[in-house]
Amino acid sequence: MNDTIVLVVAIAACAVAVHAAWHLWRELPFSNPLFYSVAALQLLLVAVAIGGFVALGRTDRDVDGVLFVSYLITMAVIPIAAVLWGIAEKSRWGSGVVVVAMLTIAVLAVRVEQIWESAHA
Amino acid sequence: MPESSTASGFGRVLVAVYAVFALAASARSIVQLSTKAGEAPLAYSLSALAGVVYVVATFALARDHRSLALGTVGFELVGVLAVGLLSLVDGELFPDQTVWSDLGAGYGYVPLVLPLVGLWWVLRGRRDKAPGAHTTRGHDQ
Repeated sequence: MNDTIVLVVAIAACAVAVHAAWHLWRELPFSNPLFYSVAALQLLLVAVAIGGFVALGRTDRDVDGVLFVSYLITMAVIPIAAVLWGIAEKSRWGSGVVVVAMLTIAVLAVRVEQIWESAHA
Repeated sequence: MPESSTASGFGRVLVAVYAVFALAASARSIVQLSTKAGEAPLAYSLSALAGVVYVVATFALARDHRSLALGTVGFELVGVLAVGLLSLVDGELFPDQTVWSDLGAGYGYVPLVLPLVGLWWVLRGRRDKAPGAHTTRGHDQ
């Protein structure tokens, strides 16, 4: 896992968080454009997770595999959970759920990087 | 009455944050207990306890079980204050981190703020809903 990928994920998650926060600010519920933003991030996360599994299989580093894989899977599942939970709420707070979820993904992305970097070759 | 459920409106967001902490605290304790249980039994048991409390609080808030929510969120506040202050006074007590160590500093102090917001939210909703209250529904003062 190189840090550029992690940085891209963290920035993308923050961008979707801003999009959702704008909805929250304007008192808008979960909208179609917001759904597309989340869906795009979802595709990115699935790609990163698969890339991460491959990288884990190839590396000589002593990475904590279970921890690393569970972080990648958790990151890829959060947007789905956020959409299911947020879409049921027909007020601005449905968008609030997405803000929380996206910030969580950004934090997890940074942790994934730390797990990878702290493992010595 | 879905409007006044603890899981609707702002409560949606609260439940989402609780779910994140339920996952973080229980996952952390599972990793700690399964890989190095003997190293810091007190810290790891506390992680496990915190995980269970967050899971039950998330369930209670999501399902509108108010007394259960009050109990678990209250326990959480006591827990984060007690563990937080003890870990600041005597770091030896908790050789490894828990979610509640240093008043939740490792998690951006969210564990300290969360129970306060949770209590406010549950109590605020209950006042409107309590059957024995002096205000009747629709005739709020």
